Amino acid sequence: MQLLRFSTAGSVDDGKSTLIGRLLYDSKSIFEDQLEAVEAASKSRGNEEVNLALLTDGLRAEREQGITIDVAYRYFATPRRKFIIADTPGHIQYTRNMVTGASTADLSIILIDARHGVLEQTVRHSYISSLLGIQHIVVAVNKMDLVDFSEEVFDRIVADYRDMAQALHIGNVTFIPISARDGDNVVNRSERMPWYTGAALLEFLETVPVGRDACDETAGGLGAFRFPVQYVIRPISSRFPDFRGYAGRVAGGVVRVGDRVRVLPDGLESEVTHITQAADELTEAFPPESVTIRLADDIDISRGDVIVRADEPQPCQQQDLTLDVCWFNENPLQIRSRYVVRQAAGESLGIVRSINFRRNVNTLEKETGVTSLNMNDIAEISVHTAQPLVFDEYRQNKITGSVIFIDPDTNETVGAGMIKN
Amino acid sequence: MSSITHLKELESESIYVLREVAAQFERPVILFSGGKDSIVVVHLAYKAFYPAKIPFPLLHIDTGHNFRETIEYRDALVERLGAELIVGSVQESIDTGRVREETGYYASRNKLQTTTLLDTIERYHFDAAIGGARRDEEKARAKERFFSHRDELGQWNPKNQRPELWNIFNGRKAMGEHFRVFPISNWTEMDVWQYILQEGIEMPSLYFTHERRVFERDGQWLAAEPCIRLKPTEQVVTRQVRCRTIGDITCTGLTLSTAHSLEDIIEEIAATRVTERGGRADDKRSETAMEDRKRAGYF
Repeated sequence: MQLLRFSTAGSVDDGKSTLIGRLLYDSKSIFEDQLEAVEAASKSRGNEEVNLALLTDGLRAEREQGITIDVAYRYFATPRRKFIIADTPGHIQYTRNMVTGASTADLSIILIDARHGVLEQTVRHSYISSLLGIQHIVVAVNKMDLVDFSEEVFDRIVADYRDMAQALHIGNVTFIPISARDGDNVVNRSERMPWYTGAALLEFLETVPVGRDACDETAGGLGAFRFPVQYVIRPISSRFPDFRGYAGRVAGGVVRVGDRVRVLPDGLESEVTHITQAADELTEAFPPESVTIRLADDIDISRGDVIVRADEPQPCQQQDLTLDVCWFNENPLQIRSRYVVRQAAGESLGIVRSINFRRNVNTLEKETGVTSLNMNDIAEISVHTAQPLVFDEYRQNKITGSVIFIDPDTNETVGAGMIKN
Repeated sequence: MSSITHLKELESESIYVLREVAAQFERPVILFSGGKDSIVVVHLAYKAFYPAKIPFPLLHIDTGHNFRETIEYRDALVERLGAELIVGSVQESIDTGRVREETGYYASRNKLQTTTLLDTIERYHFDAAIGGARRDEEKARAKERFFSHRDELGQWNPKNQRPELWNIFNGRKAMGEHFRVFPISNWTEMDVWQYILQEGIEMPSLYFTHERRVFERDGQWLAAEPCIRLKPTEQVVTRQVRCRTIGDITCTGLTLSTAHSLEDIIEEIAATRVTERGGRADDKRSETAMEDRKRAGYF
């Protein structure tokens, strides 16, 4: 069974909670005691119908205010796949939560109310999905029951969306007309929309290619091999006196025993002698496997170094970076501010050189002349780091191309960055 | 060429998290309860650092109200791994006046564990406590991070959690603060059992059906043991039961079950319509009972 991670963005009005509730309920992933608790809680709040949002809105403040504040993770499985939903609030003041939820998603579901069509928030959700490099977008046109299941309404929304998506360079979009409330085209195909011949939402989620299957071999497949070293395993025991293994998670490409590799930033070369998972010897490893690699030569390798194949395109190593950032903190980002720029394993102190433009996430316009970034702002900035970072462009590799910004005074994670070059 | 299974992907993610803990902290510890989730975490830690020993000690917060089988299993596991075991005793916290024992029919030491846990973390200067909590267990846990920051009083502030993006974890902290780390955040109860079956992990006998003296209270079966005071109306009977979760005796609901093997358990869970924490008395105290305990520094 494979795993698919997807994110949903939207507000209560779009029927997002109803949709998730429907997926969980119809796949029998809601249990009796959970349903009872939600029923009791709905009643005590004076809600007339069972409020499925209470399933996901777990924090006291959320329940009191009736809103989703944070990213909530939900789990369900069908006989074909296991799913992890990152459920995020859709309002503009939660852009940062949407970015967080989207960062680990393979697919994103964007909900459109059939009565209202493509709105500002549709643009925002689509832009964030595209910015975070999500492979698949599903546009679920909801509340079809309120527009008489009209094919014409659906077609018009599809056309409007395509116009907008073109500007965002979003390619892989699937449109599904649904009624989350009644269940049409959610788990089962709807009999009320015979003109729609595609898959129901769940069927699509169960069959869309993910992980290794989704990689187009002709377009470079899994990309070049990247292995950021997390930790060096040295037992120093009588049974393993000379063992020195480099522990990490494969971040791209494939590595095989016998491959000639280069260790960055130093550039020393060696050969892979062993790839192991605990006591099991492997012949190859690919993303997202956590393995331990041993090399033929005794070279000095530490956390933050990146092992790559000598015969493949090399990552960049430089101190001047241009990135798309999303700002997370109440303290604004300012030009000349210093932050810890942290990658999966490596890090360096960095200084913000310039804010090139801020993106208006509703209109997608570039706003120039900006001197600071507030919480939820998305912008392109230039940063200079104290040490060179080893990286790929985010478009090439999400793991070696992403960073977070940490405020060295408060230790808080204050921003997220996707490296452009 | 085919993609890896969901269990392989979850295992890989958890091992990645455990290695981050070893790399980012100086004094991490694994919180070991003797339940299936902490057993899986220990197994993952064994795999993450093989052939080196697990670079963390195990910490058991002992309420003194444990099932005998839990302690036997714990000691055998520690022996086999050659790990260091530290026990934080709730009885000692009571004896030294750090906490006051609850009284009455619903008396439990579950809540008192928090003080013992925080005292032990402070005494040994642990800076990261690794736990087996999962997001699917409970609605407050659904919003928990892999790396969860705790202030100097050990408290969790759910409104001011650090965002976690991609696989980049921020374990930076000020002196006196610590982190709780949850490597199996993304696992469900079913994933845990499927993994135990796949890996052939030996489990405490409590998880399989056995005959036990029990009584029924508020619609659930509890073990008839001296640490629980029976109401005059409560009758002790003998039933075929098993534990779906293992905690302190006073708050571990037992399931009537005939599951003898891991396969039986998986089949039983697939058919069940009640969550595993549906049997936990500690969660039933209020709608946000878990969030309130977590804020105070609970597991």
